[in-house]
Amino acid sequence: MTALRLRTELVDALIAAFVAALLALPLLGFKLTDSATGLSLDYRWPLVGYAAGAVFTGRLAIGQLRHFFGARFDRTRGQSDIYSADPGRARIMFGWALIAIALVLPWLPFADKGLVDKATLVLIYVMLGWGLNIVVGLAGLLDLGYVAFYAIGAYAYALLAKTFGISFWLCLPLAGLLAASFGILLGFPVLRLRGDYLAIVTLGFGEIIRVILQNWGEVTGGPNGINSVPRPTFFGLPFSAISPTGPTFHEFFGLPFSPVHRIYFLYYLILALALFTNIFIIRIRRLPAGRAWEALREDETACKSLGINPTLTKLAAFATGACFAGFAGSFFATRQGFISPESFSFIESAIILAVVVLGGMGSQIGIVFAALLLVGLPEWFRELEQYRMLAFGAAMVLIMLWRPRGLLASRSPTVRLGKLAEAAS
Amino acid sequence: MDYFLQQLINGATLGAIYGLIALGYTMVYGIIGMINFAHGDIYMVGAFISLIGLMVMGALGLTFIPLALFLVVLLAMIFTALYGWTVERIAYRPLRGSSRLAPLISAIGTSIFLQNYVQIAQGARAKPLPPMVRGSVDLIHTGNFQVTISYLQIMIIALTVVLMAGFTFMIRKTSLGRAQRATEQDMTMASLLGINVDRTISITFIIGASLAAVAGLMVTLYYGVIDFYIGFIAGIKAFTAAVLGGIGSLPGAMLGGFLIGLIEAFWSGYFSVAYKDVGVFAILVLVLIFRPTGLLGKPEIEKV
Repeated sequence: MTALRLRTELVDALIAAFVAALLALPLLGFKLTDSATGLSLDYRWPLVGYAAGAVFTGRLAIGQLRHFFGARFDRTRGQSDIYSADPGRARIMFGWALIAIALVLPWLPFADKGLVDKATLVLIYVMLGWGLNIVVGLAGLLDLGYVAFYAIGAYAYALLAKTFGISFWLCLPLAGLLAASFGILLGFPVLRLRGDYLAIVTLGFGEIIRVILQNWGEVTGGPNGINSVPRPTFFGLPFSAISPTGPTFHEFFGLPFSPVHRIYFLYYLILALALFTNIFIIRIRRLPAGRAWEALREDETACKSLGINPTLTKLAAFATGACFAGFAGSFFATRQGFISPESFSFIESAIILAVVVLGGMGSQIGIVFAALLLVGLPEWFRELEQYRMLAFGAAMVLIMLWRPRGLLASRSPTVRLGKLAEAAS
Repeated sequence: MDYFLQQLINGATLGAIYGLIALGYTMVYGIIGMINFAHGDIYMVGAFISLIGLMVMGALGLTFIPLALFLVVLLAMIFTALYGWTVERIAYRPLRGSSRLAPLISAIGTSIFLQNYVQIAQGARAKPLPPMVRGSVDLIHTGNFQVTISYLQIMIIALTVVLMAGFTFMIRKTSLGRAQRATEQDMTMASLLGINVDRTISITFIIGASLAAVAGLMVTLYYGVIDFYIGFIAGIKAFTAAVLGGIGSLPGAMLGGFLIGLIEAFWSGYFSVAYKDVGVFAILVLVLIFRPTGLLGKPEIEKV
């Protein structure tokens, strides 16, 4: 019995190794080298052997592990609970614990400038994920061009603050409003399209915005972007060493000057913005608008017959999601101090969507974990550069295979009939 | 008029390439209802394998160009098809039957993986290739402007038409095509009637990838320069073509490909090169507003 199993596994691994060798042959076996005289070929046969060997051992190891752990390696694990996933007390407590950790993070003994900076980046994606969750998770509309609204927010802040000298706190709602109106502008003609047609139109919209940013040099600075975007101030107190206009942050509070102040301030700023997004979503899910979104996701025809206007409801979801992307964009611009079209390519949309889907659509805490995993973790491996993105792509596939419903799946309706009926009786 | 004709020829050439890639999108969409985001990168892999194949032919001392091209087409199709098959086997098959978004994310991950894999394996710099098929025919010669069609353009359009005709024949008449259409209509019913659904889907990916490999070879010869990033924009354009023609419809993908090529050529010729992608997407949105399921797509019947 064991001998038979071993034999099947060996044959299986040999076939896999053979396929791997064939796959590796053209792209790893040969190397195109370009020099002044033109292209030439180099040969790297050992690499083909390594690839085949790696796949062979990997395949055998997975087979052994699967046998060893038995059903625990079963892919279907953890899928059956999705409709019973009640965002119960444990999860709510866990959410509060996460907020507490986030609040004290900069004061923990091991926290330094780099860590807080990375945490800020993760929080941007958490906020973007929560914003996109309104569109994808709640309303069930597939949006592949979410980064366009993020870009609009960033450019709106940069241009308004630089040209008219408007403060960050005034720009923030303006940028959100602008992004939301672009959302309506895009959504109005296309929202009656079915799922995948909508996806390609949003993808196209994202590309259009990027092409315009890239080519409209007089306003957006073209591919060079916008430099020296005004940095944030603490209620008018700048975070610089000296200021010609008045006291700076450290002078006002009598602290020694340190560039860390600004980083910490930015961290708390995005934490506040992200928590605001979260509270907004938790509240709106219980309001008629949010309930209409979830109902629309489940059954559009039923919604129509109950008198919900699908176009207006979708438009509201689209605009609300866009608005939060606008907020996050403003924050991004003020944090970086420099923006260019490069920061708003399709890959960003893909990462944000991956954060939402891997988090488990509709789950707020799941999105936090997915952002930590997809954005936070790769930050530690920055020096690996290309291999980092290679692993990133592979990880996206593997996590999806491991948990097809996302890390924490909850698609249960926010309002249950059962509870209402109980309360009534 | 002459200028118009020249843009028409250029646009048709471009459209032929988009059409071949779009077929891969539309077939996969038709059969398992997913947007195969990695298809653009499969095409990029095909272009690289073609370029390496051409270099190998050069190294082997094969100087008779038609034979070399024929061998390269075959090799590129085989190896790229293997990539397509592997991607389906690893990244999509385990996710069949789960939510609509899971395979999409898996496909995006595959796309990122393939791009970086080729970038690491072959370097990030664009790879130039000296023109291999030279010569052209002057169609109209008026004053200082002449309308020409190069042998390469003739070859691209002719090969595309032949492939599309063969492909249509295969889908319409052969048992494989029947199995494919049956799987497309109802996967469960097809498997009950003895069709090996898994194999049919695998073959769909293999055909899609080999058509993309031909497109990759054409682009390598036509533009003479490729890099690891070409898959993304070509993939978006080809997918747009598939949607424009009505996704899931094979003639639609071919029509959409040619239309996108023509729109791009005329937009660059008459308006601005920088905004040609804006033109393509603007026309897509316009078409979808008036025909929400594309030009040749079947209207979807909603049942309660």
